Parts: sequence; structure tokens; C-alpha cells
Amino acid sequence: MNVPENLRYAKSHEWVRLEGDEAVVGISDHAQAELTDIVFVELPAVGLEITAGMAVAVVESVKAASDIYAPVGGIVCEVNDALAADPALVNTDPYGQGWLLKVEVRGCEEVDALMDAAAYAAQITG
Amino acid sequence: MTDADFRTTPLYGCHQQAGARFIDFGGWRMPVQYAGIMAEHKAVREAAGLFDISHMGQVTVAGDGAEPWLNRMLSNNLERIEAGECQYTFLLNERGGVIDDLLAYRLVEGGFLLVINASKRETDLAHLRSHLADGVELTDRSDRFAGLALQGRRAAQVFDAFFGENVSRPSRNQVRRLERAGTEYLVARTGYTGEDGFELFFDASAAAATWDGLLAAGAPAGLQPCGLGARDTLRLEMCYPLNGSDLSPEHTPLEAGLSFFVDLEKPEFIGRKALLAQREAGVTRRLVPFRMTEKCPPPRAHYPVYKNGEAIAETTSGNLSPTLNVGIGLAYIPAEFARINEDLQIDIRGRRFAAVIEKKPLHRPL
Repeated sequence: MNVPENLRYAKSHEWVRLEGDEAVVGISDHAQAELTDIVFVELPAVGLEITAGMAVAVVESVKAASDIYAPVGGIVCEVNDALAADPALVNTDPYGQGWLLKVEVRGCEEVDALMDAAAYAAQITG
Repeated sequence: MTDADFRTTPLYGCHQQAGARFIDFGGWRMPVQYAGIMAEHKAVREAAGLFDISHMGQVTVAGDGAEPWLNRMLSNNLERIEAGECQYTFLLNERGGVIDDLLAYRLVEGGFLLVINASKRETDLAHLRSHLADGVELTDRSDRFAGLALQGRRAAQVFDAFFGENVSRPSRNQVRRLERAGTEYLVARTGYTGEDGFELFFDASAAAATWDGLLAAGAPAGLQPCGLGARDTLRLEMCYPLNGSDLSPEHTPLEAGLSFFVDLEKPEFIGRKALLAQREAGVTRRLVPFRMTEKCPPPRAHYPVYKNGEAIAETTSGNLSPTLNVGIGLAYIPAEFARINEDLQIDIRGRRFAAVIEKKPLHRPL
């Protein structure tokens, strides 16, 4: 499983990449493989205020709908509109074109509190 | 639950080797997918797929009294099929509700084979045994048999590669005994995907060799192992009902739109009186297929169905159609609205999305 070194990870399999004040959020390669063929992604409204741990998106495979939890709190400032036409991007490029949303964060404490790649890799192989 | 709580088929090791993911289905640990549900669905529609159906039950009925007795137990008329043919039929309760849907084969050597749903094995057998008559031998052979469904547009090509080009294939709904490499196969031209295909039943000891042999023979045709995930999306596109979801003891075959498989002209069978009364009074609900008409999450079973702002039903099945790339499903709709082109709304996690009632099947294979 691909676990990029430069990202932070939540226990519930979301990843975060901090770009200035914005946290880009997606789901890990492990999560997309577990969910299997993704056929629909429901994303939050831009402007929504969220807190860490909140269910903010739903990813649906042929088998089931799964909640995706905010790894960090803040204001949703952008969502990945490309997923409406091609939800399978989450499967094929989970750390790139398959990102889910961007969150305007206050400070980086919540991001720093997430797992690093080594800790997350240990969680999914453990 | 522990592994010991689930039954596995003789092909469990083959599934593990093929990289299957498993789900628990009617007390069985079965493969839900290998490469992926979408890819497997496509393989069946465009090439061929191989499904383990060893979990299904096989019951033989023999003896002088077999035919008249079985004809009183089942809704369809066994007199309509000849030796070496099979028919789709129902086991009904006294209220005309569906206990199980099954295939009944009239075997060439005499007697009948019933292929029943895995989750209903005990229920069906208890029901049949409670009505057993003299001169009828009912035998559960489920544990002796393995079963494989070879389905897809290129299924005949795979059949030829496996059994030999000079071995004649059974025709639609026909069943034939064939031998290959010392194993005897009961091969029927049946299936539940809407595509051409075969169902093979044979001694469980030959399961792995048959699985490997078919996959090797079918590789040039693009044959892929397929799990229950694709089996469900394939049958849903065809509007074939799944017992336990779309069929239940609370609904009759008339409500399910399957009266073709009920012969009310037969003098006697369990459920007949209730069905005659229902036909006379008219059904109040009908199982209809629908298609979502706006972009939305895939519908699933047990989602509320709305008409004119009122909740009128609940979906019994739903999913994304991999072929049509839209949400599809089935629901028992009040008869007044159960018409083609009628607009509905499906409540998907608190939001209502537009849908329309369609004609069966939702997908028509080439």
C-alpha cells in the first residue's frame, strides 16, 4: 500500500496535506482499496464550518455507503468537483486527482496531532 | 462471530488464491469480488464470468408419486417440461406468499432435481418434509454437490473449450449429463445474469479441478472469476428478484409480476386458493423497476419511496447499474401508481431524488 511520507493521517484513513492555511483532505490508498469501486462521492457545501471527527462526506461503492470524517476542523473552502463526473479518481489517484475537500484551518496543531506516515503504515499493517 | 459460524464451499481455497474478498451470505462465507464488482460485471456482459454457486441447495425428488406430489408443492406446472428440461417456479405458503424461488429439473433418468436458495435450504426442506406423501423420496444432496455458473456472451465458447468442440451444448433451459476427465457433470443452459450461460453441478471432490480447468479453458475468451457483488448488479439490471429482498412470504408472485411462473389452471397446489382470491380482488401492490433520473447517490434496499409528497413504499433492492451508469432498483408500489413512466422520488439519506418507473428488464443484453 502506498503511504506517502509527506502526508498526515487520521485513524479513520483520511490524509491531510497542509498548503499554507489550507488543508487538502482525501482518503488513503488503503481506504480506497478497502472500499472498492467508488461510484459516487457526496461532498459538503463550500463555507460549511466543520470540526475534527465530523462526518463530512460520503463515499459510495457498489457495495455500501461509507462516511468520511474530517481529520481537522475549519471552514470548507473548496471541494473536488471533478469527482461528480469521475468518482473513480478516488480509486485511481487517491493522493492526487482523487482529493475530496480543502479546509481553511486555524493553526497547524490539529494537523500536527495526526499520525505520520510510519505510524499510519503500522496501523494498517498491524 | 468466529469462522466456525460460517459454512464455506469446496472452492474456498480457490477463492482465497484468486484474491477474493468475502462476505457472509445466508450463513455462508462467499466471495463478493475478486478484481472488482464493476470489472466483473463488465466481464459477464462483454466476455464471460465464473461464479461459485456451491452454496445453493440441491434436492432430488424420486419415486412413483414424485411428479403429482411436486406439482402440488410448486406453483409452475411440471407437465409443461419434458425430460432434460427445467423451469423456474415457486414454493408458496398457504397465503400465496413466496417461501423460495427455485429451478426444477426433470431428469432424463427419472425424478426431479430442485436447485434452491442457500439461505432457504432448511426452510424449504422443513416445508417439503412436512407435506411429504407416500411414494415420494426426498433427498438433500446439497453437501455432495459443487456448483459453478459460467455466464456471459462468450459462455458457449468457454463451454466448447472445456468440454470439447464436438460435445453438443444443451439448449436454453435444457439439462444434460456430460463426462470430462472422469467427472460427471449435470450441465444446464440456465443462469441469473441475463446473458447466455451454463450451470454445472458435480461431485464436490472435483470442485477445484473444475474451477481451475474452466478458468484455463476460458482465459482466451476473457473468462474471469466473479463474486456475489457482480451477481447482484447483473440480476438487478435484468429485474430478476432476489429472495429475502424482493421476494418474501408476505408477497405473492402476482404482486411480484411473476404470474408467468404460476399455473392457476392446475387443479391443486399450495397457495392456489389465496392467489385465485387475489387475482379476483386485484393486487394492491406491484413490484416494479425504477431508474433514477437525476444525479444522486445509488439507491439501496429499504430507502423510502415518495409519490405526491407521501411515503408510499420502500425499495427492496437498489444499486448503481454498471451498464447504464445510473441508479436502479425495485419496489412494491401501490397498484394505482405501478405504471410505466410514472414519476417517483427516492429518499436517499434524507434527500429526495427523482426516479421513474421503467419496463422490465432495465437492461436488454444484445
